[in-house]
Amino acid sequence: MRHLLSAGDLDLAEACLILDTAAQLASVTDRSVKKLPTLRGRTVVNLFFEDSTRTRISFEIAAKRLSADVINFAAKGSSVSKGESLKDTALTLEAMGADAVVIRHSASGAPHRLATAGWIQGSVVNAGDGTHEHPTQALLDAFTLRHHLRAGTGDLAGLRVAIVGDILHSRVARSNVLLLGTLGAQVTVIAPPTLLPFGVNDWPCAVSYDLDDVLPHVDAVMMLRVQSERMQAAYFPSVNEYSRRFGLDVRRLNLLPPTAIVLHPGPMNRGMEISADVADSTRAVMVEQVANGVSIRMAVLYLLLGGMTDEDRRDQL
Amino acid sequence: MTAQSMVIRGVRPYGADPVDIIVRAGVIAEIVKAGTGSGRVVEADDLIALPGFVDLHTHLREPGREDAETIDTGSRAAALGGFTAVFAMANTSPVADTAGVVEQVWHLGQATGLVDVYPVGAVTVGLGGEQLAELGAMATSPAQVRVFSDDGKCVHDAAIMRRALEYVKAFDGVIAQHAQEPRLTVDAQMNEGLLSGQLGLTGWPGVAEESIVARDVLLAEHVDSRLHVCHVSTAGSVEVIRWAKSRGIKVTAEVTPHHLLLTEDLVATYDPVYKVNPPLRTSADIAALRAALADGTIDAIATDHAPHPHEDKDCEWAAAAFGMLGLQTAFSIAMLTMVNSGLLDWHTLADRLSVLPARIGQANGHGQDLVVGAPANIAVVDPSASWVVEPATFASKSRNSPYAGMTLPGRVVHVFKAGKASVLGGDLTC
Repeated sequence: MRHLLSAGDLDLAEACLILDTAAQLASVTDRSVKKLPTLRGRTVVNLFFEDSTRTRISFEIAAKRLSADVINFAAKGSSVSKGESLKDTALTLEAMGADAVVIRHSASGAPHRLATAGWIQGSVVNAGDGTHEHPTQALLDAFTLRHHLRAGTGDLAGLRVAIVGDILHSRVARSNVLLLGTLGAQVTVIAPPTLLPFGVNDWPCAVSYDLDDVLPHVDAVMMLRVQSERMQAAYFPSVNEYSRRFGLDVRRLNLLPPTAIVLHPGPMNRGMEISADVADSTRAVMVEQVANGVSIRMAVLYLLLGGMTDEDRRDQL
Repeated sequence: MTAQSMVIRGVRPYGADPVDIIVRAGVIAEIVKAGTGSGRVVEADDLIALPGFVDLHTHLREPGREDAETIDTGSRAAALGGFTAVFAMANTSPVADTAGVVEQVWHLGQATGLVDVYPVGAVTVGLGGEQLAELGAMATSPAQVRVFSDDGKCVHDAAIMRRALEYVKAFDGVIAQHAQEPRLTVDAQMNEGLLSGQLGLTGWPGVAEESIVARDVLLAEHVDSRLHVCHVSTAGSVEVIRWAKSRGIKVTAEVTPHHLLLTEDLVATYDPVYKVNPPLRTSADIAALRAALADGTIDAIATDHAPHPHEDKDCEWAAAAFGMLGLQTAFSIAMLTMVNSGLLDWHTLADRLSVLPARIGQANGHGQDLVVGAPANIAVVDPSASWVVEPATFASKSRNSPYAGMTLPGRVVHVFKAGKASVLGGDLTC
């Protein structure tokens, strides 16, 4: 594995390797000295063309726990707004010797361009591109699901997961449909038809417009952030109508099987797609998702840059 | 003093038996038995003569974007591609929406002299879609504009489109519509389908083209005027145009070489060289477009040659400009997709590349049959040649060809414009 651009690039073995590695690395977080020397002398650049403090910090902590040198490059304003071009930024980073570039960009495919256009030699990690993908989010979601519902090992065969909300614009949904499918889970996406992508019926998941129908039959439900500006573009009539039909409130929480958990990639719109009561309930695992994000990103950087065998890894740990 | 004769020796008109075509004083003076003509000899053994190609749809970028192309470099690219006439779209800077701008383009084209450059006039002021440009002034200017288009933008307002169609009847003009419903294509990046959903790129649905084509053919019928549909890209548009023609509506249509060959699958590379408007579609659309070009539903092949400087393509997809080069590859793509597939022969290919586009655009003197007395606008091609596309060698100022590295069949060898050689042996004569 040289880059991580799409969750669809991972086969079952690779996905499980990342999850297993993350599980091992998670133990570092429990130590008093939260640091491994693995990536000492390697440089990781967080190249963020879009604001995302939480994702950027998560990658930063992950890289630092592996002793990498971390540079945060907030490239506000891409070539779209006539700032420095993606290419020139990439050439600059290459000249400075970046071993890995973690990129967040508003343009779908920007990480793919960075990895394939010949501008840089290092590894590229997609930290969210436009409405395309966010593979480390899907990995941390899978990790969280596995921890709660599969005792922290193996794949997710047979696990039933609902993903609810703005599927059309969600990179989290795209990566999760691909990754959870690879891991054997049965995914159902639920949204008003206006917020489902054209051709969704050919995706490797089920599709529903009715949240109440689906909830009794899933092991986990993932609520997606819905931006209220979608309302201006007539994707739905009003925030209230959306919330009534697709929001997760306590009544709907009680439709879930008793062991089912609630995920949300954050940041949440409390009162829109998720009620405050649900967000703060014991079924909600959002805080764990954040913690698991660090472990997953450590695992990804480790596997991309460490270049070590499984035995090396066991020895070090 | 009698004019000098030039003998195109051993050439096969439309692939028929070899003859000598003798060109004198700008016209085809004689057609005689191969090897018997006298004059300055241009060897053309086993080569095929076709009427010089006519491109209804090019972007020469001058005035305003001379970093991408000029009338001079675009004319060179056109000549090397076998063209003797091109229509230069109006979306320049300033927009070709006044007699002054179209006259300038016309004169620059004549000064270069390699092809006849016919300026297309804008339909609306500044391509704004709100107020008709001075179509009559452009029509009566020395440029004698007959084709009007806001290409790059759609004349989306139905009332403006109706008035434009009506107004140009006074001077037998035609409105060439870029059919794209703007509200259905906000921020659109690629064909809307399964792939756009997977790639996270905003879709450009076929219905955004088809709904405008349907509206416009009905308007053209209602006001009994001439409509030309630019760069038809979907099977649905083909069906609408076929229906309209069956009703006797005065509609003509063009298809680009890239829409005859390339599919949306290329977008999965996120390489903006494949970013074009209308977008690359599906193999089913390609099959429908080829069939429509073969049966005459679509009249013409037009390149939509759209040069862009490297920096406008060497970036992320969303930031990149729409458009591809087409002039120097059009003949090869046409041969590959339509002749080698058996859908067209050389005669009918000449109709699509020359005769019909010349008629639609009223490029008088172009698109004439290769007979004695016709203006000597001739493309001589080698059907057995093949070549590897190297955009760096193109005469165009830009390099954004989607065919880079591909091996294509057929080469343009000699080109004569008004009896004067513009290309000999694959090279420009000046």
